[in-house]
Amino acid sequence: MAERFPSSEPVSGDSRQGDYRHSRVVGASVPRREDPRLLAGRGRFVDDIALPGMLHAQFVRSSEAFAEIVSVDLSEVRAVPGVVAAYAAADLDLRDITALLDRPAHEFVPTAMPVLARDTVRYVGEPIAIVVATDPYAAEDGVEAAVVEYAPREPVVSDLGALAEGAPLVHPEAPRNTLVDVSLFATEGIDALFEAAHTVVEVHTKTGRQNALPLETRGVVADWDDRDEQLRVQTCTQVPHQVRTVLAACVGLAEKQVRVTVPDMGGGFGQKCVVGREEIVAAAAALRLRRPVKWIEDRRDALTAAFLAREQRYAVRAAFSETGEILALDADVVCDMGAYSCYPFTAGIEPLMASAEMPSVYTVPAYRVRGRAVTTNKAPTAPYRGVSRPQYVMVMERVMEKAARALGLDPLEVRRRNLITVFPYTGVNAITYDPGSYRESLDLCEQTLRDEGWFDRRSDGVIGIGFACFSERTGYGSGAFAQRRMQVVPGFDLSEIRMDLDGTVSVTTGTLSHGQSHETTMAQIVADRLGIPYDRVKIVQGDTDRITYGWGSFASRSITIGGSAVAAASVKLGDQLREIAAHLLGGDPAAAVLEDGGVRLEDGRLSFPEIADVAYLRSHLLPKGVGPGLAATASFDVAGDGTFSNATHGVVVELDPGTGGVEILRYVCVEDCGVAIHPQVVEGQARGGIAQGIAGALFEVVRYDDAGQPLAPSFMEYKVPTAAEIPDVRIEHLETPCAFTENGAKGAGEGGTIGAPAAVLNAINDALRHTGVELDDTPIPREAIFRALEAS
Amino acid sequence: MIQLVELSVNGERHDLAIEPRRTLVDVLRHDLRLTGTHVGCEHGICGACTVLVDGQPARACLLFAAQVEGADIRTVESLSEGGALNDLQQCFSEHHGLQCGFCTPGMLMLAEGYLADEPDATKEEIREVVASNLCRCTGYQTIVEAIDDCASRRRAALQDRLDRSAS
Repeated sequence: MAERFPSSEPVSGDSRQGDYRHSRVVGASVPRREDPRLLAGRGRFVDDIALPGMLHAQFVRSSEAFAEIVSVDLSEVRAVPGVVAAYAAADLDLRDITALLDRPAHEFVPTAMPVLARDTVRYVGEPIAIVVATDPYAAEDGVEAAVVEYAPREPVVSDLGALAEGAPLVHPEAPRNTLVDVSLFATEGIDALFEAAHTVVEVHTKTGRQNALPLETRGVVADWDDRDEQLRVQTCTQVPHQVRTVLAACVGLAEKQVRVTVPDMGGGFGQKCVVGREEIVAAAAALRLRRPVKWIEDRRDALTAAFLAREQRYAVRAAFSETGEILALDADVVCDMGAYSCYPFTAGIEPLMASAEMPSVYTVPAYRVRGRAVTTNKAPTAPYRGVSRPQYVMVMERVMEKAARALGLDPLEVRRRNLITVFPYTGVNAITYDPGSYRESLDLCEQTLRDEGWFDRRSDGVIGIGFACFSERTGYGSGAFAQRRMQVVPGFDLSEIRMDLDGTVSVTTGTLSHGQSHETTMAQIVADRLGIPYDRVKIVQGDTDRITYGWGSFASRSITIGGSAVAAASVKLGDQLREIAAHLLGGDPAAAVLEDGGVRLEDGRLSFPEIADVAYLRSHLLPKGVGPGLAATASFDVAGDGTFSNATHGVVVELDPGTGGVEILRYVCVEDCGVAIHPQVVEGQARGGIAQGIAGALFEVVRYDDAGQPLAPSFMEYKVPTAAEIPDVRIEHLETPCAFTENGAKGAGEGGTIGAPAAVLNAINDALRHTGVELDDTPIPREAIFRALEAS
Repeated sequence: MIQLVELSVNGERHDLAIEPRRTLVDVLRHDLRLTGTHVGCEHGICGACTVLVDGQPARACLLFAAQVEGADIRTVESLSEGGALNDLQQCFSEHHGLQCGFCTPGMLMLAEGYLADEPDATKEEIREVVASNLCRCTGYQTIVEAIDDCASRRRAALQDRLDRSAS
């Protein structure tokens, strides 16, 4: 095993100090630069933007799950007072959005997503026409006046229904409603391993469809600017450059004729990391009308017609030796991706993730998987925090629990016998895992709950304890995405840094903070590289005119890849500063030290403003070969398979036999994301992620009736947990620095969400162990708990 | 139809000519340009639009502006004076009680209204009140801690004043 660094003292939530190696401000929970404006109500979210003459848009949406559109009559709409324009697909003539994988036809069927539905609607809520009016109320009046005639067809409302013989086809080009169908790995001799195994356990699980649910719904303000000859689009997206590319193609503009900027954003969690149809249509309307157009999604549309996620079905077998070593894993994964492939990830996002990474933190010697994406008449799917990992981790943790029961072993002992402990480890899935603290995090999590006395309180039917061990691949470079064979391959990040006359620094990042605190954490990284206070560093993000190219923020890539690019650019700028200072003072640049806002050499010191003064105002004094100005550009990519954060979650639940209700009494998270740039932010990511994982385990689900009508169109039906349901979380940190990110940091954005469903499910099953009932689906039905307890 | 409505917001009087169906939150945000108050659901569940109406937390998405004529309305913009954050806002920052910041104005106004009525609230009571509003980022723990910390500091400051006036 690679050398483990000693863990720092756990940093509590209110600490402002950290004790990290080789750094000054990295590792310290400094005050967030985002906070003052957000706390004063002076942030600028998309709906806060008002432009002169701005119009307001809403959408006529399909009331049918699957139908041919016979006619769309907008004449009454246009007569509504305040309505300025109404456009259906034929009025705007926009190019379709198509996301592609470079895979053969038997593995991937490309399907186009029209920006407005043309002849066919494929889910309730699909946009058919845009109504633009002088105020939002009039726009809604206009929507109500639309007359759409449908010829309904029998909808496909479940994954099994989609795969059934003779099922209606959501897209005629996709037989069996299958968009992605990959069979991977198939280790030679795997069937013989199953036949010879002492024990084979099976897990069959179905996970509910969920909404990532940023509290700020989607929205956009678009206007055409004659002076810049640009369509300016202010939109809440995690991926501004990808929006620019798709928008330019859809409306027929050059990329430079589109400027996408991102204001403050009220969360995204993946739902905003794909290109939305409505933002394209609203921009097209602004282009047509030559007036600013704003669209703000209302909550009903956000719950029913926005991108959803997580509806998956697993049929898994695992072979074990008598002593609890896993010998083989065979999995069939079906993901219900809804009506369309999302851009840029495609409908492969969930099945390809699950198929590639399912062996999780265990040494699985033989593996075979079939992963499928099926299309149904439901709102389409986008990545959602964790992407398949909450599901396959749940499956693997159930595998370990079931094996332990079948073999009469302690479930934590079974995990210990199978955890990866020698790094780097290259798995049967051809992924190389960099060093982590898989075993140590489990040991510490168990010990913490033991020390707190919870193991003494376990009791049949009342109190159960559950665990989840997992890792989280973060920092997916272009290599990792290329393996997925996306035609558009995300991965690298670019950073451009500049020092101004007064010694302040601005630095671009292609990533995009929407709650993750990059204005603070990226500034910390720069500050340490240059020896300046972090509040002298301004982060520039979310602007396609000011940033050459970026992939935005998703897949916990921002600090690992974006932070590394920012660090690399800072180092280059620092080299320039040292070279100029050494020339001016006389001395060796290699001996020059950046500190306290200047450069120190043996024979003196120059402050950054003094160096900038020469670089900009007296450039004739610069050394030969050094051009004027202080600026540098750097890029970063991860060459290998990314870096893996890891954690163990331990949960104590109490069941209510009278109602089947679940109360979480204790939640312990032992996490390792390498060097934490800002421990308080890392803890915030973990706690918020855990809340979303608990939401998926116990509360949230998007259901449809047989006609494909969504059954949770408001917060009355879609139960988002509150402070009454989400417990406090004790967090302990381990630190295994990443060897190849510039900061030793690993991603920390998704782990909380990944571990929580498995840990909660295992805890409930632990409390039910005397009943013989095992619950494997999420959200866990309260009724099933009640019945299990009643029967016992 | 247009109606004349007179509103008192953050101590300032505003005369508005608006449609009677216009909600308080839309008037605050779009007519008065006080965009600190947010809209999260428009059906009274998420609480992002929470403001104080005569000192009581209220869902501004469920009120018509015309309903609150004559009332004293307070929004998040009233909390910081001269650009300086108040004690509650500072506690939110210190405890990392906000990430994206979208629910934050509603949480702040909820807490201000509650602590004004119940300065001795326990942490568990505060947790119950925080359960009125939704946050998707924090998992709530740090919001509860921030409000609890602020309440403690306010109690200590009050005790300090009482002690000094007694001596």
